Amino acid sequence: MQKRFISLWFRHLVTDWLTLRRPELKEVPFVLVAPIRNRIVVTAANALAEEQGISVGMAAADAKAIVPDLQALDEIPGQSAKLLKALGEWCIRYTPLISVDLPDGLILDVSGCAHLWDGERGYLKEIVTRLRSKGYDVRAAIADTIGTAWAISRYGKKTPVIKSGEQRNALLLLPPAALRLDSLILERLQKLGFYTISQFINLQRSALRRRFGDSFLLRLDQALGNEDEHVKLLRPIEPYSERLPCLEPIRTATGIEIAIKTLLEMLCKRLTAEGKGIRSAILKGYRVDGQIIQTVIGTNRPTFHTGHLFKLFELKISTLEPALGIELFTLDAIKIEDAEPEQEILWQAGGTGLQDSSLAELLDRIANKIGSNNIHRYLPQEHYWPERSVKLARSLKEKPGTSWRTNRPRPSLLLPKPERIEVTALIPDYPPMLFIYKGEKHQIAKADGPERIEREWWLDEGEHRDYYQVEDEAGRRYWLFRSGHYSGDHSKQWFIHGFFA
Amino acid sequence: MESKKDIVSRLQKDILRWQGFNPPPAGTTKGIGLGLLESAFPNGVFPTGTIHEMICPTPEQAAATGGFMSGILASLMNQGGACIWIGIYRKLFPPSLKHFNVQPDRLIFIDVQREKDVLWAMEEALKCEGLAAVIAEVREISFAQSRRLQLAVESSKVTGFLLRNDPRKLAANTCSARWQISPLPSEPEGGLPGIGFPRWQAELLRVRNGNPGIWQIEWANGKFIPIEEEVSVIQLPQRKVG
Repeated sequence: MQKRFISLWFRHLVTDWLTLRRPELKEVPFVLVAPIRNRIVVTAANALAEEQGISVGMAAADAKAIVPDLQALDEIPGQSAKLLKALGEWCIRYTPLISVDLPDGLILDVSGCAHLWDGERGYLKEIVTRLRSKGYDVRAAIADTIGTAWAISRYGKKTPVIKSGEQRNALLLLPPAALRLDSLILERLQKLGFYTISQFINLQRSALRRRFGDSFLLRLDQALGNEDEHVKLLRPIEPYSERLPCLEPIRTATGIEIAIKTLLEMLCKRLTAEGKGIRSAILKGYRVDGQIIQTVIGTNRPTFHTGHLFKLFELKISTLEPALGIELFTLDAIKIEDAEPEQEILWQAGGTGLQDSSLAELLDRIANKIGSNNIHRYLPQEHYWPERSVKLARSLKEKPGTSWRTNRPRPSLLLPKPERIEVTALIPDYPPMLFIYKGEKHQIAKADGPERIEREWWLDEGEHRDYYQVEDEAGRRYWLFRSGHYSGDHSKQWFIHGFFA
Repeated sequence: MESKKDIVSRLQKDILRWQGFNPPPAGTTKGIGLGLLESAFPNGVFPTGTIHEMICPTPEQAAATGGFMSGILASLMNQGGACIWIGIYRKLFPPSLKHFNVQPDRLIFIDVQREKDVLWAMEEALKCEGLAAVIAEVREISFAQSRRLQLAVESSKVTGFLLRNDPRKLAANTCSARWQISPLPSEPEGGLPGIGFPRWQAELLRVRNGNPGIWQIEWANGKFIPIEEEVSVIQLPQRKVG
């Protein structure tokens, strides 16, 4: 994605702040002064003072000569840096990547942020009006590079929004000072009669380098976008990673355990503060012989619980070969998720019932992994036909509409599809004497039945079933049925449908 | 002066405690109605909050195990907790549970496609405090995997049951008991024809800190009835407890 930067320029940063602190200064011209090389020099002037011809760098005595009722206040050292930092923190609402641009600016990396405020123009306007309403005289510009944004914010006269790729055109009419150049170079440019960037931008690079040095070309390239520019972020994005160098190479399991514990404690302290939890983490050991050994753990829910994570690592310690010893341990959290702090339950009556949230969460997690259509709960249905005697519950809250029947024997295991068996039956409508299922002969010792179950004619067609509960000589109990009435050809009539407890 | 045997048994108990197996103190729970069988366990209390392994290679044994386990579930679930049943080739017929005093609609069945998801789902479920029980049909489980399950139950105090249908793949694991339930011929009641109450042979092949043995037990009128005259407590040689 194309990078976009905003440069904010606070023209009267410290004086604006002072005016906010002391409203009586609003109506009077005042300057901040500081002793520089034994001279009292103006370091900042408010807008009123500047209007009357006072500029920064002037001797305080000269300034007082120009404006007799000028108030001169002592400068607080380091104040502008402090103010910029605070303003930068405030600006994090607009973008997380903010850096301080001393002495009087901020750089905002706004790549991909502007659409949230109706485009770049609205975004810029929002920032500027908010800051101005607070009392800061601010100018801003948005461009592809930090250099161009900086130049336009300070010297731009037309639009503050420089479209992507148009830095060159935007810079042409600006003075060389817009390139953030050294005062020496600026002086030299001035002497040579270069008053705008357009006058030298097309000159040969070798000639420019010879006269103005590499730093000049670097600044030019940075403004044009030919060279990357890195800034120090106010809030750097720190990877969730911890290092533990060891004084002496670690060779024992106990040593590794201590290292893991220490690393986890450091990492989890930070995670706890940020409300994050580890989903996956990798432990690396840099061995004396140059090899890197590593082990990965994963959790099912984000956790910052040191004990739990340690238990996971503990299982892996045996797979780590320290050989001659491990010099350095690193622990990186590869996958981080927000860990929701759970509300404590004061007491739990009974157990976790179906309505319990922890059960729902568990099922959510399982459903996420293996699919929600694989989770079933059954409710009774008023059908005798075994396959239809249960129905799927639509939700955890659904209650059974009828009670579960126990007046008829039902097997513990039910085959999804009845399987054909060979039987020998002496008398029609009596339970069989023996049956052969999967090549094994079962001599029936005891039997109950038949229980005739008719098909529901309004649902499907076919033969009824006569169910027998039988027990063979070994005590194994089965549920057999004959499909339809006993007829001459009964070889294809018998089925096994279940196993009793 | 302690005898060597006392010291050994004390050390064994210490090791078990450090490993996270806390036998419940005697008399704190009211038992689960298994009668004499419960005396095989440490302190004579059926251990909840641990994992039991049930071996059921044949469907007949699976059915018997299902019945026996439902009887145990009935007492585990009377606190109001739900129960989770995880499997790949699940054949359990929910209405049959009602014969063993279990509300079938309080069971949640999770049918997974892959073997490794069974263990994952079981571990997740075991972490959920307050569940009455978690049952999983597992073909293979390594020691590390069973240890993870053990860690889960240690904190959540959920009782887990592993249904093992392949006895060739049994390996050392952290389960507190290994059962094998087989069907036995039922006794007709009062000379009536037909099949009597379900009767099983419950073999406790391995029990942590307890005494393995074989019992015969029947489910009648909504409770376990041990067949007492045929009790035979076998003294298995001391096994290496993994």
